[in-house]
Amino acid sequence: MHIHAYEKLWLALSIVLILALIGTVTYGAVGPGVAMVADTQQTVDSGALDEDERFSEPRVEQVGENEYEAYVVAYQFAFEPSPIVVPANSTVTLHVTSRDVIHGFEVVGTNANTMIVPGEVSEITVETDEPAEYGIVCNEYCGAGHHVMEGKLHVVSQSEFENRGGDSA
Amino acid sequence: MSTALEAEQTFVDKFPDEARVVRAAFLSAFFALFLGAIFGIIQTLHRTDVARIIPSTDYYTVLTAHGVFMVISFTIFFLVGLFTWALTRSLDRPLINIKITWTWYGLMAVGMTLTGISILAGFVDSIDMSADVLFTFYAPLQAHPLFYTGLVVFIVGTWIAGADWFRTFLAWRSDHPDQRIPLQTFMVLTTMTMWYIATSAVAASVLLFLLPWSLGLIDQVNPTLTRTLFWFFGHPVVYFWLMPAYMLWYTVLPKIAGGRLFSDPLARVVFVLFLLLSTPVGIHHQYLDPGIAEGFKFISMTNTMFLLLPSLLTAFTVVASVEYGARQNGGTGLLGWLTNLPWRKPEFTGMMLAGLMFAAGGFSGMVNAGMNINYLIHNTLWVPGHFHLTVGTAVALTMMAGTYWIWPQISNKPIFSSQIGLFQVVLWFIGMALMSNAMHAQGLLGVPRRTAEPEYSGFDYPTMFGGFEELNVQIAIGGTLLFVSTILFLGNLALTMGNPRVSGLAEPLPSPVSGSEDAPQVLDNLRLWVSIAVVLVVLAYALPIAAIIQRGGLLGPGVGTYPVWVAPVFDALADAATPLVGAVTDASASLVEVVR
Repeated sequence: MHIHAYEKLWLALSIVLILALIGTVTYGAVGPGVAMVADTQQTVDSGALDEDERFSEPRVEQVGENEYEAYVVAYQFAFEPSPIVVPANSTVTLHVTSRDVIHGFEVVGTNANTMIVPGEVSEITVETDEPAEYGIVCNEYCGAGHHVMEGKLHVVSQSEFENRGGDSA
Repeated sequence: MSTALEAEQTFVDKFPDEARVVRAAFLSAFFALFLGAIFGIIQTLHRTDVARIIPSTDYYTVLTAHGVFMVISFTIFFLVGLFTWALTRSLDRPLINIKITWTWYGLMAVGMTLTGISILAGFVDSIDMSADVLFTFYAPLQAHPLFYTGLVVFIVGTWIAGADWFRTFLAWRSDHPDQRIPLQTFMVLTTMTMWYIATSAVAASVLLFLLPWSLGLIDQVNPTLTRTLFWFFGHPVVYFWLMPAYMLWYTVLPKIAGGRLFSDPLARVVFVLFLLLSTPVGIHHQYLDPGIAEGFKFISMTNTMFLLLPSLLTAFTVVASVEYGARQNGGTGLLGWLTNLPWRKPEFTGMMLAGLMFAAGGFSGMVNAGMNINYLIHNTLWVPGHFHLTVGTAVALTMMAGTYWIWPQISNKPIFSSQIGLFQVVLWFIGMALMSNAMHAQGLLGVPRRTAEPEYSGFDYPTMFGGFEELNVQIAIGGTLLFVSTILFLGNLALTMGNPRVSGLAEPLPSPVSGSEDAPQVLDNLRLWVSIAVVLVVLAYALPIAAIIQRGGLLGPGVGTYPVWVAPVFDALADAATPLVGAVTDASASLVEVVR
């Protein structure tokens, strides 16, 4: 098969581009340590979240020095808790699940973003920095009231977080 | 085949029965385009808050209709028309049995009508029917059974279409045992093979789970499983939309440019690569799904990146073929040849602009495919911004531009106005440049896709590339230009249909510079490529699907049923609740202030 010299060059450059793109993703995973939402959590009974110790009371908990866990429930058409209050300059692991249909969880203006599938728990870990107020939107169509489904994430100073009694609901 | 003979005869002269099928398929496509465009403009003006003529709860009916009519009806009806033309033309023989041909066309039309009715019924509260589940119909949101039934009938129609073409090809093969498969036929056969593989999953999802569930025969489904089966189909379907455009770029565009295709063998390589790689990548739509292991996502990402290769090769071959045409017509210099091209022809300029936008869409696609940066743009308006460049322009604009060239061949009627055509394709480009660019930018601000009212009460979007409001204006203007462009296209075609029939419109397609005799014989070994494609699909999907079933069970981990056709009851509630929710939020906010 005759392949023009320029075409061979183009082919070679294309393969270099493809390998480079795969390289960037690999670097993102092993360098900055961007982990994907995955199957790390056990499945839950979406119809019986009231009886689940993690989700019966959606909340934020301290689990270590500067380490927090948040348990969030999404449903048509809200998030609980709202606002989610977490301290600044800390590591927060969010566990998000749905009581009914598929939803999305996106902290606007950041890369904290996941699908929420009923029966599954999405686990994402984020680093907070300065105190700020963020919006949370459901970014997957979930029914006729989808556009009113929003929540809030408040990153507050350590002292303010402690004044609130640590946990928020 | 004798070139002299073909020069005298158009397609409709030689194959009047097939030409009638092609025209019927195209007109069905354009009817869907018309409906899709109406819902498109309603949606654009609603989202951007320029004009909200429907309640926001009906926005999702509009969105479902826009999606299904554009990417299922418009694109696929155009495809079956184009493929019928291409296969018949390149084999130079009629289809085996035109009654079978009309049967599959009829099934597709009936199926799409059923699905269309179930969607449009969502506007009428008194009818207890709705399919507000969007193009992706994710369970446990549940559409009316008619929606799923129509989709099945439509897909069965496309399967019979493929069988019709394969049988015609086999009949040709027994008459021509030693000839190479003609290029256009090769493209039809590889694309349809990919389609059979892709649709097997969505057919299984609908027939085994969604349809019985919507009929009440089973209580629940596994949402991750039906989602995964959808995306098994949902990525190759984008190449099913794209392959007609590629066929026009490879086989018609070089001719319009005054030259011929640069390389037949590489065109075959490209279509084989699409057959092999289109399907084992669907999990890249599920990068942010819980319940799927990271390793499976990584494999899908790698395959996706390699899927860039056939498109990068296409970019080279198409540009080289056009340049060859320009140089044949006296073009010289490094870039001077660009002036020796038929820019006044809408079929040429439309396809070139479509190709240019496809390059831009390819770059935003690389971002989508980049697994970890995908966090930033997943389900934001960036994504519709991306696919309005690919299916919304590379495919749609090429189909419109291609129509200006092909319609005279299948009807013996000259195009009513090339000037209007030229204006129309340029208008599409400008409209899409505005709309798509602003959508990408809003996506980076975090504005979600698929929502009636992207403005929220509790927060404002950050400002980066101009604010949210300013980008809304660009989206609204762009969307309006696209609507006007569509109407000009349809009007031009309607007036063309009123033209008298003439003779002498035939435009034979020239053979490639590097012809099929240069192509290794193995490229035509479809059995080999199908086997490899199936092996790749099994490698990419067997373990993830087994893991999903193991986790959630075949019928899901106790997930309920949420039929959307009870939505009308909710409408009133939501309308009443929206200001209430706002008031409560404001009141509690001020209360918090007071308490502090």
